[in-house]
Amino acid sequence: MVKIQSRIPEGPLAEKWSSFKSNQNLVNPANKRKLDVIVVGTGLAGASAAASLAEMGFKVKAFCYQDSPRRAHSIAAQGGINAAKNYQNDGDSIYRLFFDTIKGGDYRSREANVYRLAEVSNQIIDQCVAQGVPFAREYGGSLDNRSFGGALVSRTFYARGQTGQQLLLGAYQALSRQIKKGNVEMYSRMEMFNLVLIDGRARGIIARDVITGELQRYSAHSVVIASGGYGNVFFLSTMAMGANASAAWQCYKKGALFGNPCFVQIHPTCIPVHGEYQSKLTLMSESLRNDGRIWVPKKKEDAEKLQSGELRGVDIPEEDRDYYLERRYPAFGNLVPRDVASRAAKERCDAGYGVNSTGLAVFLDFKDAIERLGKEVIEAKYGNLFQMYEKITDDNPYEVPMMIYPAIHYSMGGIWVDYELETTIPGLFATGESNFSDHGANRLGASALMQGLADGYFVLPYTIQNFLAGEINTPRFKTDTVEFDAAEKEVRDQLEKLMSIKGKQTVDTIHKKLGHIMWEFVGMARNKEGLTKAIGEIRKLRDEFWSDLKIPGEMNDLNPELQKATRLADFIELGELMAIDALHREESCGGHFREEYQTGEGEALRNDKAFTYVAAWEYQGDGKEPVLHKEPLNFEYIEIKQRNYK
Amino acid sequence: MNLKLKIWRQKNPDTRGKFVNYQLNAISPDSSFLEMLDVLNEQLVSQNEEPVVYDHDCREGICGTCGMYINGRPHGPDSLITVCQLHMRKFKDGDTIVIEPWRARAFPVIRDLMVDRTAFDILIQEGGYISVNTGSSPDANSIPIKKEHADLSMDAAACIGCGACVAACKNASAMLFVGAKISHLALLPQGKIEAGDRVSKMVAKMDALGFGNCTNTGACEAECPKGINLTNIARLNREYYKATF
Repeated sequence: MVKIQSRIPEGPLAEKWSSFKSNQNLVNPANKRKLDVIVVGTGLAGASAAASLAEMGFKVKAFCYQDSPRRAHSIAAQGGINAAKNYQNDGDSIYRLFFDTIKGGDYRSREANVYRLAEVSNQIIDQCVAQGVPFAREYGGSLDNRSFGGALVSRTFYARGQTGQQLLLGAYQALSRQIKKGNVEMYSRMEMFNLVLIDGRARGIIARDVITGELQRYSAHSVVIASGGYGNVFFLSTMAMGANASAAWQCYKKGALFGNPCFVQIHPTCIPVHGEYQSKLTLMSESLRNDGRIWVPKKKEDAEKLQSGELRGVDIPEEDRDYYLERRYPAFGNLVPRDVASRAAKERCDAGYGVNSTGLAVFLDFKDAIERLGKEVIEAKYGNLFQMYEKITDDNPYEVPMMIYPAIHYSMGGIWVDYELETTIPGLFATGESNFSDHGANRLGASALMQGLADGYFVLPYTIQNFLAGEINTPRFKTDTVEFDAAEKEVRDQLEKLMSIKGKQTVDTIHKKLGHIMWEFVGMARNKEGLTKAIGEIRKLRDEFWSDLKIPGEMNDLNPELQKATRLADFIELGELMAIDALHREESCGGHFREEYQTGEGEALRNDKAFTYVAAWEYQGDGKEPVLHKEPLNFEYIEIKQRNYK
Repeated sequence: MNLKLKIWRQKNPDTRGKFVNYQLNAISPDSSFLEMLDVLNEQLVSQNEEPVVYDHDCREGICGTCGMYINGRPHGPDSLITVCQLHMRKFKDGDTIVIEPWRARAFPVIRDLMVDRTAFDILIQEGGYISVNTGSSPDANSIPIKKEHADLSMDAAACIGCGACVAACKNASAMLFVGAKISHLALLPQGKIEAGDRVSKMVAKMDALGFGNCTNTGACEAECPKGINLTNIARLNREYYKATF
């Protein structure tokens, strides 16, 4: 049995990180070039870590499944990145950002980690500006900010509606510079399929070349997973089509614990589903809630006419509109956190007030903002988002209100890591969305970019040295060893098994079935009966997958269907673990809403006495129940309260 | 809607490709172009045939992965979008749609509609960055930047690296792609320090990689999904002369 230790440094909260850095082990420059690090994934967390480690002098091997590291899905983040700069003189501070993040996460994250995140947030902005990230500016030349959900200050830095793109290009360019210098070997179109352990430490990976289908072996002194989140378990999500959990899942199966798998975020403002062939959901940035007002009709008969197409949103007079977020949460209004906004939309739609043909949509209206600020100002702020909306829906949001509905967006859960971002496997680290660490049960807007870059630029490059300092006498690893042979054989056996099924159903057919189960029972509202049912259905689906899957083509070749099948095999297993975790957590918190546990007003009701812990699950083997480890969360600096956004 | 598709199929870079015809029925006008291709591929897989291979990922017009000629136009018959943002309502029932991969020497075909755009990564590695190490930066507000310059820089930085500019150009020139990166960085005080070295190296590499020259036809600007304009090529030329003389 693994023993988990969070390794949080002693001392006052505000001094933990600096005291860690002052006392940690470092590697001298001559030894750094003798040490190899594998980084899997080149999004914000991966590219920034790979570039920073290479700048320090380590030899890095970076991997991505895309054709170029510039295409990782961090690129799709729209709204912005938080930092406690207080440039707006509105009372922001490191403590306030820390406090908002803990509260936003519904008191299910580690104080020390979140404080460190808030502390390094300011350096991220400095770093990105120096790299040439063209953040929005005021006429005087200083940086502009806007506000996001769950905060009373304006601390979000942005580059139009393409902040993720610009930050990723900054990290990609830093990475490109190190590739040119020969400090990073870049492997694009290469997917991690297995983790290689030597004497219990992470020493390499087995990767499959997407183009040739060939399995390849790579060794290193340490492995960093930065492979993003697992929203695609649900089939429909705001994730990229290729985003997958397989790298993280292989680590879990090799002994790394998986933290809080049931904590996934449902984003309130996405374009609603249009039909059965829909392949993904498109997010409309949370920043739109700065100026847009969310409403449904007050009268049910109006809603019915909207659903049948007899009325349009603009036909409903002002007095018949229910701005339900402003009504229920006057203090935060349309800027309540994502979990609260999503549930409120579901509540109205379930009550019959939905506004499109499926009844699963609410309005996001810019009429007042356009009247107040003028069309030009709105266009300057949100032009690209409005254009994106119009291209997809054929509606012009300058004239008619947008229609939105919640969709799966972000995974707060992920590989369990300690304060040093190390997993329970020595030498294996996890960063960014792939780890579970900083967002508790709900992530605040503009905090994903902050965490990805904090981990990659400023945290991991330090903490990993605490491990690598002990490896300076370890020579480079050969890949023709029994450990690599065994790991490669596991992958080959799995691929051969998949190819030999020769059933009738396509990968997408089964993936959609998984998505239906997950959305229905492990989605926005969960209960004991549904979750129990989901676990049974996922197990049945797993048998169906392994007995009736159809994959054309060859194994040792470019084969997109095989690629999807390997990912789906892992999603099915992860889906089951999510349901098990959701069933065991008998409380509502953040994105995890159990219908049995709610206040009289329908708000999430935590059970702090029983559940103030991180649920870290340990793999026990195929078909066996995973073992639960509990990491207690101690709140020394923040008083735990019922979240209140009224 | 019912459609006839004429799609380029090519096993690998070394074998000859050809157009293959497919009939596809009952497609919703509200589905996206790539969802239409998904339907085709589901049909092909069900019939034990190999699906049409094409690159795609984010499906919201920002990752730059997708790209193909549709009826002769990069990213198809609409402006300021990528293929994944194209919707079937732009076509009519009964249409024949011709689909081909990017055609450019620097972008060899891998299979069907999938091409190799590594040349773009190599161009950025040649100098498309500011040489600053993590942790060595001054406070973000210590150097004010004129809003106008920040905005122009952002216009250029919006490039998604899809390759439509190269595909649209009769010379398969990468001037708009390189011009966008040169502009993005040269417009900012942080990027000016290395501007001369950057432009010299990137232009030389562009030629070495097999991209053609620019003859100012403006096809790249017309097809760029992010609306990156020819001013960026002008700025590239100006920076290049500044660096040369």
